Amino acid sequence: MEQDVRPKTADPREERTLKIVVCVKQVPDTTEVKIDPKTNTLMRQGVPSIVNPHDKHALEMALSLRDQLGGSVTVLSMGPMQSQEALRECLAMGADHAVLLSDRAFGGADTLATSYTLAAGIRKIGEFDLIICGKQAIDGDTAQVGPEMAEHLGIPHITYASQVEAGADGAPVRVHRDGEEGTEILEVKLPVLLTVTHYGDGPRLPVVKGIRRAFRAEVDVWSVNDVEVDRNVLGLKGSPTQVRRIFSPDKRCGCEMIPGDACAAASVVATKLRELRIIGVGS
Amino acid sequence: MKINSELCSGCGACAAACPFGALVIKGNKAEKTDACTDCGACASACSFEAIQAGSGSDNGGDAHDLNSYKGVWVYLELKDRQLRGVALELLAQGRKLADEMGQELAGVLLGDNVADLANEVFANGADRLYLVEDPCYGRYDADQYTAAMTELINTYRPAVILLGATHNGRDLAPRVAARIKTGLTADCTGLSIDTETGLVAWTRPAFGGNIMATILCPNHRPQMGTVRPRVFKRAEPDCGRTGTIVRAKTKATTSRVKWIKSIKSLKESVNLEDAEIIVAGGRGMGKPESFALVSELAELLGGAVGASRAVVDAGWMPADHQVGQTGKTVAPRVYIACGISGAIQHLAGMQGSDVIVAINRDASAPIFTVAHYGIVGDVNEVLPALINEIRCATA
Repeated sequence: MEQDVRPKTADPREERTLKIVVCVKQVPDTTEVKIDPKTNTLMRQGVPSIVNPHDKHALEMALSLRDQLGGSVTVLSMGPMQSQEALRECLAMGADHAVLLSDRAFGGADTLATSYTLAAGIRKIGEFDLIICGKQAIDGDTAQVGPEMAEHLGIPHITYASQVEAGADGAPVRVHRDGEEGTEILEVKLPVLLTVTHYGDGPRLPVVKGIRRAFRAEVDVWSVNDVEVDRNVLGLKGSPTQVRRIFSPDKRCGCEMIPGDACAAASVVATKLRELRIIGVGS
Repeated sequence: MKINSELCSGCGACAAACPFGALVIKGNKAEKTDACTDCGACASACSFEAIQAGSGSDNGGDAHDLNSYKGVWVYLELKDRQLRGVALELLAQGRKLADEMGQELAGVLLGDNVADLANEVFANGADRLYLVEDPCYGRYDADQYTAAMTELINTYRPAVILLGATHNGRDLAPRVAARIKTGLTADCTGLSIDTETGLVAWTRPAFGGNIMATILCPNHRPQMGTVRPRVFKRAEPDCGRTGTIVRAKTKATTSRVKWIKSIKSLKESVNLEDAEIIVAGGRGMGKPESFALVSELAELLGGAVGASRAVVDAGWMPADHQVGQTGKTVAPRVYIACGISGAIQHLAGMQGSDVIVAINRDASAPIFTVAHYGIVGDVNEVLPALINEIRCATA
């Protein structure tokens, strides 16, 4: 995959430096979550907390751009103090700075309140060229926070970004956006917010030096007093959507098991497909 | 939500059941943290009846003003100048909601020279069509479409807006919701009217599909939601139906994003969302080379090839084949799951298929809880046999 888009001249003054912010969420590993068969409720105990997988891809895109073109990558999260672990993992992967927005006032937020809070954090971080977010978190599964943040910040956004090509300083960047029918190439001037599903070959593993650095590094923790916000728009109070109830999905029973060896079973399936007029309709 | 500490035994069942991690056990009693959203999952889990579920928070909102918003809107997304399947599915479902609410159903169509689609919109149940035509809407653009939708919403004030959870739908809906500052619920699998409140009840999977959540938007308008394609069925079109066309004018705006070109690189075999037949493979295939069997069967049946997240993560298949909660949601007529164990996240993406055939070596694999027909066996034996049978059948 064509990744090297360094300007032709070797003159370092023409290299751009990108200030990139990556939004990251610590989530329970929902692939490990089970349902209690007796009460039909979630069993969160013992489920490990991880960096949201799509956010790792977003971070990889950011780190790759920084490695190519120079600049810095700051990871930002909103969550309880435990989220610092996720931020340290990002530092270990190579992020330069980490910020955690943590405060009771932020709790219970839906996507509108969350995106508003993160936007306030970004304003405090200061100047940026690119914000990169994972498409969705694997617990909330909404894919809304990225575009909503862009709206709060008044910058354009591009979802399903799979590749970024940056040219000379000040020039617009080209972004590959994946759609149902194919990929589009879009051009946009910085700053812009991107959301990412997968990037390249996937996120890099932290190296030992990175892990040691991350362990010693400072994570800036900001409370509600550190950011400029309207408190009425934060947390549960600032959330237009409310959860009415949570329940377990219906488990449908009644699978017809087809007996016999491979050939016998295949024969039965072929018959079913014929009955459904999937095959044998004179194609 | 209130915890009666006298009844609380400190067993921790509530904390374990909380999707938001908002309960802690301190001094052998449960306490709630500020992450609580009053969803009530804890109350269901408590066998001591020590938790009283809340009635939701009151974020204000003028009741009279809220009731002045009327009508159910469906955003009509286009593909190659035709209405996308999901738009027709949402007109059908929107019709039911509108009838229950006693209000009108309207379609919203942004495009360039698309007025000829009006008949199809009315035939599928709409009473009204807001038609916004201009060359600047010829192709989806977030800035142009967000500006137009916002203007329409502020002028005509709908109570509810439904959008397809397509790539563009999931791009547009949150931007509009943030601009209007209203509530948006993503990827709904169920829509109904809550009898108590008259609000739309949006039901959707969360936590990777492990739980279902029903969401309300009590104090903000319009109530917005996206719905994945193939979740609802289209209605029989009634070509005799007519409706009112409102030619809405919007203010010109510039876009900050410039479209350069499209690379139509997706072959039909990867267009899973529209596929009628899908053959999908998981880790049970054994090795990447075995996927050739999956592709061969798919090709024979004229279908698309799907993959579980595990094989995409392992690099056996590209990400655009992934079916599941973080991949594509599909609802073909036939879904053949080969060597897929059936993790909840995968099921969330395909359990709407009409007929599911599962082949897995493990009889206790969860895939068999959603499959209609199951074969316990080695995919590397069953697939060649099936391919052979079908070749003979179509010979």
